[in-house]
Amino acid sequence: MSTQTVELGASRSGEPPRSLEAPSLRIGERIIKALLWSAATLSVLVTTGIVVSLLIPSIAFFQQVPLWEFLTGTVWAPAFANPSYGVLPIVVGTLTVVFFATLVAVPVGLSSAIYLSEYASPRVRRIVKPILEVLEGLPTVAIGLFAFAVLTPLIRQLTPFLPWTGPFSIGVAGITVGLLIIPLVSSVSDDAMRSVPADLRQGAYAMGATKYEVALKVIVPAAISGIIAAFVLGISRAIGETMVVLLVAGAGSPVLSFDPTKGTQTMTAYIGSTATGDIAQGTITYDSIFAVGVLLFLMTLAMNILAIRLVKKYREVYD
Amino acid sequence: MTRTRGAAIAATTIAGALLLAACGGSSSSDSSSASSDLTGSILIDGSSTVGPATEIAAELFMAQNPGVAVTVAVSGTSGGFEKFCLGETDGNDASRLIKEEEIIKCDEAGITYDNITVANDALTVLVNAAAPVECLTVAQLNAIWGDGSTISTWGEIPDLDVPADFASTPLALYGPGTDSGTFDFFTEAINGEEGSIRIDYTSIGEDDNAAVTAVTGDVGAMGYVPFSFYQEAGDAVKGIAVDGGNGCAEPTAENVQDGSYSPLGRALYVYASGTALQKPETVAFFDFYINNSAQIAEIGGYIGLTPAQVTEQLAKVASLAGQ
Amino acid sequence: MSDSSDKPNLSDRVAMPARTRVAVGGAREVTEAMFSSVDRAKKIRGTIIAGVLLLGLSVALIAVTAMVVWAFIAGWSRLSINLFTNVPSVVNPDNAGYRTAILGTLYIIGGVIVLIVPLGVGAAIYLEQFANPANRFNRFIDLNIQNLAGVPSIVFGILGLAFIVRGPLDLGFVAAAGSLTLALLVLPTVILASREALRAVPSSIRDGSLALGATVWQAVSRQVLPAALPGILTGVILAVSRAIGEAAPLLLVGAVTFVTFNPSFFEGGYSTLPTMIYSYASRPQESLQTLAAAGVVVMLVLLIMINSVAIYLRNRFERTW
Repeated sequence: MSTQTVELGASRSGEPPRSLEAPSLRIGERIIKALLWSAATLSVLVTTGIVVSLLIPSIAFFQQVPLWEFLTGTVWAPAFANPSYGVLPIVVGTLTVVFFATLVAVPVGLSSAIYLSEYASPRVRRIVKPILEVLEGLPTVAIGLFAFAVLTPLIRQLTPFLPWTGPFSIGVAGITVGLLIIPLVSSVSDDAMRSVPADLRQGAYAMGATKYEVALKVIVPAAISGIIAAFVLGISRAIGETMVVLLVAGAGSPVLSFDPTKGTQTMTAYIGSTATGDIAQGTITYDSIFAVGVLLFLMTLAMNILAIRLVKKYREVYD
Repeated sequence: MTRTRGAAIAATTIAGALLLAACGGSSSSDSSSASSDLTGSILIDGSSTVGPATEIAAELFMAQNPGVAVTVAVSGTSGGFEKFCLGETDGNDASRLIKEEEIIKCDEAGITYDNITVANDALTVLVNAAAPVECLTVAQLNAIWGDGSTISTWGEIPDLDVPADFASTPLALYGPGTDSGTFDFFTEAINGEEGSIRIDYTSIGEDDNAAVTAVTGDVGAMGYVPFSFYQEAGDAVKGIAVDGGNGCAEPTAENVQDGSYSPLGRALYVYASGTALQKPETVAFFDFYINNSAQIAEIGGYIGLTPAQVTEQLAKVASLAGQ
Repeated sequence: MSDSSDKPNLSDRVAMPARTRVAVGGAREVTEAMFSSVDRAKKIRGTIIAGVLLLGLSVALIAVTAMVVWAFIAGWSRLSINLFTNVPSVVNPDNAGYRTAILGTLYIIGGVIVLIVPLGVGAAIYLEQFANPANRFNRFIDLNIQNLAGVPSIVFGILGLAFIVRGPLDLGFVAAAGSLTLALLVLPTVILASREALRAVPSSIRDGSLALGATVWQAVSRQVLPAALPGILTGVILAVSRAIGEAAPLLLVGAVTFVTFNPSFFEGGYSTLPTMIYSYASRPQESLQTLAAAGVVVMLVLLIMINSVAIYLRNRFERTW
């Protein structure tokens, strides 16, 4: 008998050592693995399609408009007689929406999730969670109409000290988008927290920790990767939201504005309204849609790379 | 929820869906006009300004011709032209004329077409009902809306008599987005060039209802909307008369039809393709649309065709169909 | 070591790594907690925190309730069973119904579910259980999927028009094309949520199964997947909820806003509730605005029915570790 490391089967008549896994993948196993692989690679196909359909017309665009002017100009008016292609106003619009959306969705979503997973009884959970999911399913058209008709006047009444003019507001649009993504953040965080192994929870209680200590100091850190995934999903959704911002923020004016009480256009609103509007295809104005689309794509890419790094740093694996 | 309750809801959903599908065969229209033998399908896409009129036409037409299936989509004038020039649709609703780039595409694909005027429209300038102004000239409108304009209060509008207490009211301007045909038309008519407009007006985006809301809520606001929105706007706003050189003309159907409401009266089109007009049902539909424009306009808030327009458009359809 | 009540600074005496210091500090806290009652400050803090959390949850619930109530009030005059069984009408809005739109929505959502469950869960299983995480291609797919979740829906409309309606798939303006476009839109959500669900299953489950001689697929399909089912169902619910409410991409891909005959998958025109609501809401006529609000109520009813099925399944499979 050899003195190698112990391996099953090695002791018998010099057969090659066998691993613990089942012997070489069966045909069925291979097919399944191939099928699953192709499901995953479908995403690459989709991205390629998106990049191709966006990139080609935007190349035509950038041949006419210098990249520098696009990225640093502060007036976005591609359809004016005197066109101006500085993209910053709509970028700021998008970022304003994301800012307010995060401001609303992160605390509310996270606290809903913590409450539902740690404090609420199973019966309360079973009733409340579906109610939140209804919010997710309402058409964004309806939520936008509601925000325009009800939420904006309400917030205007609550904050008379702000210089409100006109019926549009990008700040309110951001808040509405925040409300929209609460179920997303809450559901995914809640599932993440529920999946933390029970012995961690029980151990903490056994050590005398109070409920809030368990929730905030044990469970949340343990589930942080899922919670960050929930945030990233929510913020991605906020960046990409089109209908609500169209209805609640109007399109503002072409100049750069940081004022949350006024209407401003976001990148998605611009793409949405121009794609379904009356501007002729094949013109440089229409091609600006694709340039904005490419910029949007790159922005979300940067954010996601950052988020993946964050998750890797803080993820804990139990068991 | 408990298993039984959940299962009950699931069963209800499935049953409901099946029931709906089963009810599918019967039509629930209650008008029983003379039915014709025409069959076929027609797809019309395009502008969201003209779309509602086409929908009304489609519904009325199908009441008399139940064998024809007319569907109307709203991808926007340019999205619609793209599909039209690929032969994917039979007609394109358009609030503007076809543009250079689109003409090239249609020619490349060998699509023959013509623009059929199906209705008239009056671009109406709205102000709050309490604003002390009844009529503005084109020159005044240009001074207000033109590129480079710095007018910010009502008192600064040239040649306009406003009471002293109103002169300092800030002028808040609302208009549709730059992607809209209404925007193109207004800027060309008032400011001389498509897309030429002052940079600090507030764009209301997609929904013209928002302009009405904005003007209703602010005594110093001014906006412009298609006629149907003015019709339904109620008493809190008023449409001012426009003086295009021939005296103040109010935004009414008569003034548009006889040409006195200028330059803000416009035509709304449906582009029809020669291929589509080879089908008898399509010819019938367009003829119906033109002949019944008064009724359609009444329902949808548009302005009907004049008798001269009716004759002219019918001739266009006939000649395109005869090709 | 002195046993005075003030805490000695341990690092003065003994050089120890941070972890040990934390562990010792924790053990001290725990012992103190065990032998003394929870002090008042902690109790108050606990109540306040619980209150804050409840407040957060209430904000969300109030938002939902407000929207539902608004839809009911705005659409009140049109609410009746007619809304569900009549065909659309613009000539006679008081008699109009949403039947064709409801069927269109059901068809589209059915198609979406049929596509995203195998594709989404399959991709998640591959990435979590089969793929080598160090492989660069797999990391690329990771990033890819996460990025797709943030692409605005209108871009998927453009994509669908170019590649599904025309292009290689060439399906035309049919419901199947709409389903496929929306499926691609929500697929990342399903994949990401499923991955988190699969990750949360303790690996002892999988390893134990493998140790007993199962193949990877057997371990996954018989042990890990059932355990991860609640999280996967959440992902599906969220995805379906998103898809059911989308209007803009469908408008580009060929959904019509006026159709009076029932839809089918591969032929002819189709419309969905959100596209019609959007179309009616931007019209000036008051009766159509009311109809739009009534349409929101119809959507709610539909949504509750569809979600109930999934929620029932989720509750049935829920378990804790």
